[in-house]
Amino acid sequence: MLRFAANRLFQLVVICFLISIFAFLLVHLLPGDPTLAILGPNDTPAARAVLLHQLGLNKGLLSQYGTWITNIFHGNLGASFLTKQTVTNALGVAVPIDLELIVVSQVLALIFAIPMALVAALRPNKAFDKVATTSTFGMLSLPTFVAGPLLVLVFAVTFKWVPATGFNRLSQGLGPNLKSVILPSVALAIGSITVYYRLLRADLIATLQEDYVTMARSKGLSTRYILLRHVMRPSSFSLLAGAGISIGTLFTGAFVVEVLFQLPGIGYQLVQAIYSRDYLVVQGMALVAAVAFVVVNFAVDFLLTVLDPRVRRA
Amino acid sequence: MAETLGATPATRRGKGLGVTFWICLAWVTLMILLAVLASVLPLKAPNFQDYSAVNVGPSAHHLLGTDDLGRDLLARVIFGSRVSLVIGFFPIAIGLVVGGLAGLLAGYRAGPTDTMLNAVSFVLLAFPALLAIMVIETFWKPVSLLKLTVMFAFVAAPLLFRVIRATTLSFASREFVVAARAMGAKTSRILLRELLPNIVPAAVSFALIGVATAIVLEGSLAFLGLSINLPTSSLGNIINDGVNSNNLSLNPYIALWPSLYIFLLLTALNLMADRLRSYFDVREVKL
Repeated sequence: MLRFAANRLFQLVVICFLISIFAFLLVHLLPGDPTLAILGPNDTPAARAVLLHQLGLNKGLLSQYGTWITNIFHGNLGASFLTKQTVTNALGVAVPIDLELIVVSQVLALIFAIPMALVAALRPNKAFDKVATTSTFGMLSLPTFVAGPLLVLVFAVTFKWVPATGFNRLSQGLGPNLKSVILPSVALAIGSITVYYRLLRADLIATLQEDYVTMARSKGLSTRYILLRHVMRPSSFSLLAGAGISIGTLFTGAFVVEVLFQLPGIGYQLVQAIYSRDYLVVQGMALVAAVAFVVVNFAVDFLLTVLDPRVRRA
Repeated sequence: MAETLGATPATRRGKGLGVTFWICLAWVTLMILLAVLASVLPLKAPNFQDYSAVNVGPSAHHLLGTDDLGRDLLARVIFGSRVSLVIGFFPIAIGLVVGGLAGLLAGYRAGPTDTMLNAVSFVLLAFPALLAIMVIETFWKPVSLLKLTVMFAFVAAPLLFRVIRATTLSFASREFVVAARAMGAKTSRILLRELLPNIVPAAVSFALIGVATAIVLEGSLAFLGLSINLPTSSLGNIINDGVNSNNLSLNPYIALWPSLYIFLLLTALNLMADRLRSYFDVREVKL
């Protein structure tokens, strides 16, 4: 177990190192003089010199990387050349929004997916299962850039129940806050419901055919007791793995929803930085988002092996 | 070994792929044909702005109506589908060939070849795809169809590699492979004549999901204005057009048609993949 953990941790470090190299080399992809590309032709030589120093472009590649990564370990991810805001500050604003979106959307998804899967798995291929499976199949074909506008059209434009765009902080009251995150969360939950439902249903059906379930039935235990006490836990590993992937992806993949609803999370800020060609912000944010994605994935992977020893042998 | 392959279990012959599969295939083929023949079909010019017909609903003259600049929506959706379909199919095809061959080799050979290819695929998959593509685009201007294809192929290849490797592993120790090896067949023959035909169903089924995923990714990029540049229409940027300013309340058709197009295309692709998987009894492989 310890060896396994050490092995995994080593892999994580290697991947993070590779991500940092990738992010570092991005600036070198810029055509021509990077300082000119970053600042534009109208900036002062003084600003160029500052940037040149910050990027360390006049030194060798290896020492440039050294300076860059040392700065990052000191919490200096660079700063925007347009707004002078540091990436660390921007992240401080963005991360809570992303966390709220992730929590609300995933809770919503689980609230719908788990009962649906339980009912469907008890009587596979019967009416409820067919309806639920077909509708999740339809949801599978609804990407967020299709589902989002649809939700806005129905709930914000037609019924006017919630505002179409904008974000209200929790400090502005729970009601306004929830109103501003509910539509984006539903848009994000649609994809997750499908995945969770399908994973859990398949595992539940497989577990229900195990001998010990028949045994429990013959002992006269109620279906509800069997489902919740005997079947749910061994059937939830794929669900957990799926949730890990979903959460990791949401950290980096809520771009469409955040832009559509104008929620200033990581995705929104990153896209704005891309529009305004704020290269250093893009570099810094991408680095953080990619590392977060990798760390979440590895954490879930690790959690799974702790909960289910079968994974270790596979 | 043709006899072995021909002798499929009776259950497979029993029922065909079903009507749904063929309807979906026909739909996807029709969409591809429309996109390929768009310039010879009697369509209006996708960027022609007719200010006498702004935001009109579906009519005989404009089958799907026009947008806020008086552009014909039918023409825009069909021309716009070209980008989606190219990015959907080409990178997956490249990924299927590259990742597929590597997967076959890794699954059959095992040992160091496998370990090395496996490590490479893990590293490539560790990057969040959409983020990586968006970021590379920012630094690697201008965006072109070719660059997008290359980047999407880089995402697709390791995924397809993993599926095909896992499937190959499950066949590599079967009797017919051992028999072929005992008869002195060359590695290339075993790979192409014995293993490949058994792997095709899983590969195709997974590749169809890949096409659907690529179309969604490209749509997301286009929605964010980070795919092919305007004024080339693409489904994602038409939807974005339809959501911007007051378009959604004034003329929901702008966003509706490309959304419907994507929904139907993805449903068809997903259903086909699902049918293939259950028909050929492809097990969900552990990635």
